[in-house]
Amino acid sequence: MVYLEVKNLSKFFGTFQAIKDIDIEINEGEFVCFLGPSGCGKTTLLRCIAGLETQSSGSIIQKQKDISIEPPSNRDFGIVFQSYALFPNLSVFSNISYGLINNKWKKDDIKKRVNELLELVNLQEHTSKYPSQLSGGEQQRVALARALAISPGLLLLDEPLSALDAKVRVFLRKQIRDLQRKLGVTTIMVTHDQEEAQTMADRIFVMKDGEIIQSGTPNEIYNKANSPFIASFIGSMNFIPASIDDSKKVRCNNIEINCDVGSYSANDNVQLAIRPEEIQFQQENQDDNVVPGVIKEIEFLGSFQRVYFETKNFSDELIIVDVPSSNAKKIKMDINNEMSLYFSKEDARIYSI
Amino acid sequence: MNLFKFADIRRGKDSSDRVGQFMLGSYIILFLLFLVLPLGALISKSLENKDGEFIGFANYSLYLQEPALFQSLYNSLFVAIISTIIVVVLAFLFAYAITRTCMPFKGFFKLVALIPLLSPSILAAIALVYWFGNQGVLKEMLLGKSIYGPIGIIMASVYWTFPHALIILTTSLSLSDSRLYEAAEVLKTSKLRAFFTITIPGARYGIISTAFVIFTQVFTDFGVPKVIGGNYNVLATDIYKEVVGMQNFQMGAVISMVLLVPAMIAFFIDRYSRKKQISLLTSRSVVFKPKKHFKVDMIMLSFCSVLALIIILMIGMAQYGAIVKFWPYNLNLTLKNYNFEVAGLGWDSFYNSVQLAFYTAIFGTIIIFVGSYLIEKLRINEGTRNIVQFFALMPMAVPGLVLGLAYIFFFNAKDNPLNFIYATMIILVVNTIVHFYTVSHLTTITALKQMDKEFESVSLSLKIPIYKMFWRVTLPVCLPPIFDVSIYLFVNAMTTVSGVIFLYSYDTTLASVSAIHLDEQGEVAKAAAMAMLIVYVSVAVRLTHTIITKKVLRKTQAWRYNILDTK
Repeated sequence: MVYLEVKNLSKFFGTFQAIKDIDIEINEGEFVCFLGPSGCGKTTLLRCIAGLETQSSGSIIQKQKDISIEPPSNRDFGIVFQSYALFPNLSVFSNISYGLINNKWKKDDIKKRVNELLELVNLQEHTSKYPSQLSGGEQQRVALARALAISPGLLLLDEPLSALDAKVRVFLRKQIRDLQRKLGVTTIMVTHDQEEAQTMADRIFVMKDGEIIQSGTPNEIYNKANSPFIASFIGSMNFIPASIDDSKKVRCNNIEINCDVGSYSANDNVQLAIRPEEIQFQQENQDDNVVPGVIKEIEFLGSFQRVYFETKNFSDELIIVDVPSSNAKKIKMDINNEMSLYFSKEDARIYSI
Repeated sequence: MNLFKFADIRRGKDSSDRVGQFMLGSYIILFLLFLVLPLGALISKSLENKDGEFIGFANYSLYLQEPALFQSLYNSLFVAIISTIIVVVLAFLFAYAITRTCMPFKGFFKLVALIPLLSPSILAAIALVYWFGNQGVLKEMLLGKSIYGPIGIIMASVYWTFPHALIILTTSLSLSDSRLYEAAEVLKTSKLRAFFTITIPGARYGIISTAFVIFTQVFTDFGVPKVIGGNYNVLATDIYKEVVGMQNFQMGAVISMVLLVPAMIAFFIDRYSRKKQISLLTSRSVVFKPKKHFKVDMIMLSFCSVLALIIILMIGMAQYGAIVKFWPYNLNLTLKNYNFEVAGLGWDSFYNSVQLAFYTAIFGTIIIFVGSYLIEKLRINEGTRNIVQFFALMPMAVPGLVLGLAYIFFFNAKDNPLNFIYATMIILVVNTIVHFYTVSHLTTITALKQMDKEFESVSLSLKIPIYKMFWRVTLPVCLPPIFDVSIYLFVNAMTTVSGVIFLYSYDTTLASVSAIHLDEQGEVAKAAAMAMLIVYVSVAVRLTHTIITKKVLRKTQAWRYNILDTK
């Protein structure tokens, strides 16, 4: 069931158009991410949905009700910010109960509800502390509990993990995701971190320059990126200039590549894209593409090793190859070793320039 | 299709939005009534003749033909510039000693340096009369020159403006990245070169800002030249003479405009340089911590000791003069100078001053804080908020004397429905609040800016009206700056002269004004006693403030101190 609908939404700041005619539909209980580089309009879109910004045109429909011109106080949402925005002079308890007090809850009920929420975010022992006495991760969990206290129909997360340490971030990612599943609350998260979006979202909306340029499950976005921008923004990607020859084959310099050319026609200039982890140093299939060259540099990155590979007659730039560390032991990889790269027909994609 | 493509659609408003909008509108009306329209009345007065007919710039050309008046402009500029140079140099060294050296007794020196803030500017002039006047102790030191004139004005001005300069320069010098000095040291830069290439440029905007603030203060001050100026006329005393002495309001208005223009220019340069100052220090900077350097520390210690001694001697002499029987012939101590009945005054003016200070502090703080809150936190009516912000900054550019005169013209007009506040305590309170609006406003704006701008968003999402959030979070968090503002308003209301000299009536005489009149009548000892009364109250209020900060704030601000306790 569609829970939230955004129709033809545009937002101007002066003459700058931050959001360009956006249409989206979000289903009840879904966890979606607005993903994109800074300045792409994702936060503005979220704030329009909350009513914290007013759109220039277009409408927003929540639960079949047009809320386009409602002030934020008449909309049904909870929000969590990157800066936590916890009230510094109120204890954890008072912060979480902040929204309950006004809505005429009884004292005992408030207490019960707050304890329930504290349990939900694992902060039972911190009830009477002040925000400044908590770590960043703990503060963000309090902020989450505060937003959830009034059981909003829609949860908005504005870069909630960006201010935290890497370890805490990974931990909270899972906690927020689990919580969201458990409560089934429709959630929109804004982030510029593709890994975050991929691990947490049911559906990702990739944004650029105020537009949604692709939407889909994390898997679809990763494997079927519809533009070189998304392909390089989500994960990493080798791009190699190529052209289509008369026999509708792809050519990079002198090497002919075996892959699906799709709708491109002869003499089109295109680029070939291959992910570093999809390239091997060992042949797996008979029809794999083969590119000879020399190892120029090896970076040790823990679980995998990143190899910079110089090719002849293929690409002017070094090709990046990620080799899982477990595999790397089996192959003798040394700088200046002459080796060959292999990649399958399915893993090679073609984009226009 | 939306015809106005770039404009936002009209969003619905909730009750807090409507209340906010209404209040913002009230601020516009208040500023129009108590700032803009009076200044308009002043301008139009300067373009009228005695019968109220419009005569263009005739008064101005009359002014330019009057060499005596022109001489006053020169005199005003002269004492203002010389005082500014002296104050900036002294205050810079003093601030440097406090922020950049390991000189001992820093706390003591900071405290002493702020003493002049507690007294009206005329106290310095009175003390100088005792030291260097016709019957002064150190009269010979002036080598036959008289203290009544530029020398006295400059000395007294330096004394009372010194703490103002010190506050700006201390702030400016403490904003310094120690990494810069470490980099210089690693590159084998000499200390002197580091001083001229890092310290001075870093404090550049602070110095510029100080210079313009001090210039304006001295240029527009009335009390000091009135008491110790003798026959040396300046613009401020000219306005007073034209208005009170000769009842020539038109010429008073013209001179006011002459006073207003340099003050305006100074104000805009100051605003500009302050904006520049902020960007110098980033969040990644490491705050400078001075290292011990025996020679420098000792030189600075002696320098600061001399200044501190002078300050103590000044206020000490004013106090001594207030309790001496008959200077310089009978030096027995007495309290009879505090009996103002003899001079036909009584203590009424003192009580009036205290009353004025209380009202100004209470109403001023509320009005200023709510005003800055509306400007900073309201989400709608951006255009209107910008106008209110502009109005809030304006008073700083308007000298007190000019504002006072403008009030006469505006509120004393027969057809003004607000005429009833003329010659009452109300007009004094309103005038004083407006006069000291800007500094207080900037303090509260800064405090509000430091709060997370998403607090209101969170509140809205939790369906809590903004005014509840204001009570529960904004106000408690901002209590320390609010106390600071109220103290600032109180002390300034006690000590101000220039703002109220035209506005008091028989029933609302004020202590600072009475001190001037006592001095005028030759009752210097009583003038000193009256000025000292102001000091006592200021000190008492400051002490109370300190105690409140320690006891009350410790309770409401527990979350602040907890940071220190746990980390």
